[in-house]
Amino acid sequence: MTDTIRLEYRNVTMRFAQGAGHLTAVENVSLSVRDGEVVALIGPSGCGKSTLLNIGSGLAAPSAGDAFVDGERVEGPNAHVAFMLQKDLLLPWRTVIENVMFGVEIQRVPSAERRQRAQALLDNLKLSDFAGHYPHQLSGGMRQRVALARTLAVDPTVLLLDEPFSAVDAQTRMVLQRELAQTLKSAGKTALLITHDLLEAVTLSDRVLVMSPRPGRIVDEIAVDMPGRDDPLARRRHPRTGEYVNRLMQRLGIGHDGEPVPA
Amino acid sequence: MSGNPESAQLRRGTLASVALLVVFLAAWEWGPGCLGIPPYIVPPMSAVAKEAVRMWNVSGLAMHTGVTAAEVLIGFLLGSLLGAFFGYILGMSPTAEVALSPYILALQIAPKVAFAPLFVLWMGFTIYPKILVAILIVFFPVLINVLTAVRNVDPDLINLARAFKASRAQIFWKIEFPASLPPLFAGLRIGSTLAVVGVVVGELVGGNLGLGYLLAFGEGQANTPMVFVAILMLTLVGGVAYLLVILAERRVLHYMPKNALSGF
Repeated sequence: MTDTIRLEYRNVTMRFAQGAGHLTAVENVSLSVRDGEVVALIGPSGCGKSTLLNIGSGLAAPSAGDAFVDGERVEGPNAHVAFMLQKDLLLPWRTVIENVMFGVEIQRVPSAERRQRAQALLDNLKLSDFAGHYPHQLSGGMRQRVALARTLAVDPTVLLLDEPFSAVDAQTRMVLQRELAQTLKSAGKTALLITHDLLEAVTLSDRVLVMSPRPGRIVDEIAVDMPGRDDPLARRRHPRTGEYVNRLMQRLGIGHDGEPVPA
Repeated sequence: MSGNPESAQLRRGTLASVALLVVFLAAWEWGPGCLGIPPYIVPPMSAVAKEAVRMWNVSGLAMHTGVTAAEVLIGFLLGSLLGAFFGYILGMSPTAEVALSPYILALQIAPKVAFAPLFVLWMGFTIYPKILVAILIVFFPVLINVLTAVRNVDPDLINLARAFKASRAQIFWKIEFPASLPPLFAGLRIGSTLAVVGVVVGELVGGNLGLGYLLAFGEGQANTPMVFVAILMLTLVGGVAYLLVILAERRVLHYMPKNALSGF
């Protein structure tokens, strides 16, 4: 991890037209993620977390403010960023390896190199035996792993992860979390992880940002001061994990009456 | 073979199907006689079979069937191509859809077979009016299915491609087009049977070729077995067209889970 800033949001505000007026999804959000850092973003439903992801990946332009990747202003989709959603978005007519190659194929990477990259990722994620399978033949956890491989295949600087494991069962999720954590660490990738799962936020990240209900603002930042960012299973057992989750619950007002504590 | 409940089910089902056919043929052969229905209303199976042989030898049944089959094939192919083409255009361009949809809807509501006499007036007793009715009748189910399929592609899939900086053409060829294939084939199945309807109506209206002509001729002669033969051959032509679509579908959609492809 270096101090270079890979992903930055500067005073980003997003409004959507709604009827006669408009709806402010996120308001004046500034955040930055350093090289190799994993930052988790949590907050109540509808607080604009996914809007931030769309802005970062260049799919949506903010109403005000700017997003930067590697110091460059995000003007549209760009090769430095790749995202992964809760839905695996695998193409049913492509085999596993063809799905992994989807992004590099669009970016016109030469076909031999495409296959080589995809094969290496499949090996890493223990999917090589399934290279020729179609998505419907795979379990939910494996499909999500293929989606991760597709995301990594384009070799992005920044990964935007939007609740990537919320659709898989609890045990598979733990396995996938560990694989993600190890991959991010060993490849030195920078990631912004959007999640509802407080434990996931604490065990996978270096920092947790807490957003307020709509209009979404960042109301707190908690540095996760624990070893083992590449081993979320060990972190789960770490005594401080409970404290962090507790603090996040308090911050979000979960299990307490009334509104979340004001910033 | 044994022990597998699925294959046992299949075997039982096939057996029952064959038994049903035997019962039906027997009922056809002897039923009308037993119930006192005269042969000019429902001719027994043997009379129809005899008539089929006579028509094959004397009336050029093979030639008429060939003409009808060719009209069905050409009408079906052109109608599907046009339907798919406009389906993709309208699916990708909301402006085009808004502009054209009232006319397409009007044309869809109009009973297509009613155009047959008009087409015969225009083009005479040739094969063209028959093909044109088939094109018109095949066009809509294919167009609607393709249009709906393109519209219903998961926007997140499009966004995924866009995030990889896909061009419009790449989005079409790598996502929209393959995603539209299952509904396209559903439309082609419907189209393949409708093409026969279109062609027959055209043949009934005018001309001296095709199974529809034999149908009308048989009716004029009060030759009930001939009418039966014509209907059976038309069913056969439609069945072959349908089968061809299914075979093509199995090849193209080979990646689909087996149970998602119906046997019909």
